[in-house]
Amino acid sequence: MELPAKTFRVTRADLVRYAGASGDFNPIHWSDRFATKVGLPGVIAHGMFTMALVGRAITEWAGSPDAVVEYGVRFTRPVVVPDDDQGTEIEVSARVREVTEDGLTRLDVTATCLGEKVLSQARATIRTTR
Amino acid sequence: MSLDPSFVGRTYPPTAPYQVGREKIREFATAIGATDPAHHDLEAAQALGHPDLVAPPTFPVIVTMAASNQIIEDPALGMDYSRVVHGDQRFAYTRPVVAGDELVCTNTIEDVSTRGGHGFLTTRTDVTTVGGEPVVAVWSKIVVRGEA
Repeated sequence: MELPAKTFRVTRADLVRYAGASGDFNPIHWSDRFATKVGLPGVIAHGMFTMALVGRAITEWAGSPDAVVEYGVRFTRPVVVPDDDQGTEIEVSARVREVTEDGLTRLDVTATCLGEKVLSQARATIRTTR
Repeated sequence: MSLDPSFVGRTYPPTAPYQVGREKIREFATAIGATDPAHHDLEAAQALGHPDLVAPPTFPVIVTMAASNQIIEDPALGMDYSRVVHGDQRFAYTRPVVAGDELVCTNTIEDVSTRGGHGFLTTRTDVTTVGGEPVVAVWSKIVVRGEA
């Protein structure tokens, strides 16, 4: 079963807000000068910000903020965020892989940016009965 | 970059307690656009059976990332943090983090390897309350990029 896809828009302002909220002030997430100096194509989103947006999608699909039992991802490609008002978009979709007898649902999740996969092996287990 | 494989299995002393605040949960939830009332409204969280505001699933990274400085800044390991990128991240929850939790992290180095000139370090952080109640186990793999 496929879950309805979700799209998240990400701008530089979101990265600054996430940096403050998470305490991750690595300049690759806000400084073009620094990001390009270390060989990145530009300022990139925190991997953990992308993971957090996907986590939000998962809890929204679950219909419960406390449903996630396990959640893991591999960061395969950076999300480059241009310095304009549009930023970029992350598309998140998921498929139910398994529903267990003890009320757990295992999801395979896909996150892409500009058609390229930014997370791989993204998997979550959610509790579907309280 | 070559990382010393003899670090595998090393466990660091528990970190100082991190006090999870309501406003921090609200701030983090707002930063990721999570509008579920249980992240923002005490009554909504309590209606789900929690003692206080419920943190979003990736919130524990705030605590574990600060705790991982213990490893990153270990002079014996000698890591160049400016060359570090995040590889994998995984959380296994006993229960969600809630406001009022006082959390302690115990870091263990699970794996160290070097491939293609890049160093790979996998850590496991057991996050418990100060009373020793397990809350979430967090695995993180970082890549220390080799010189091009």
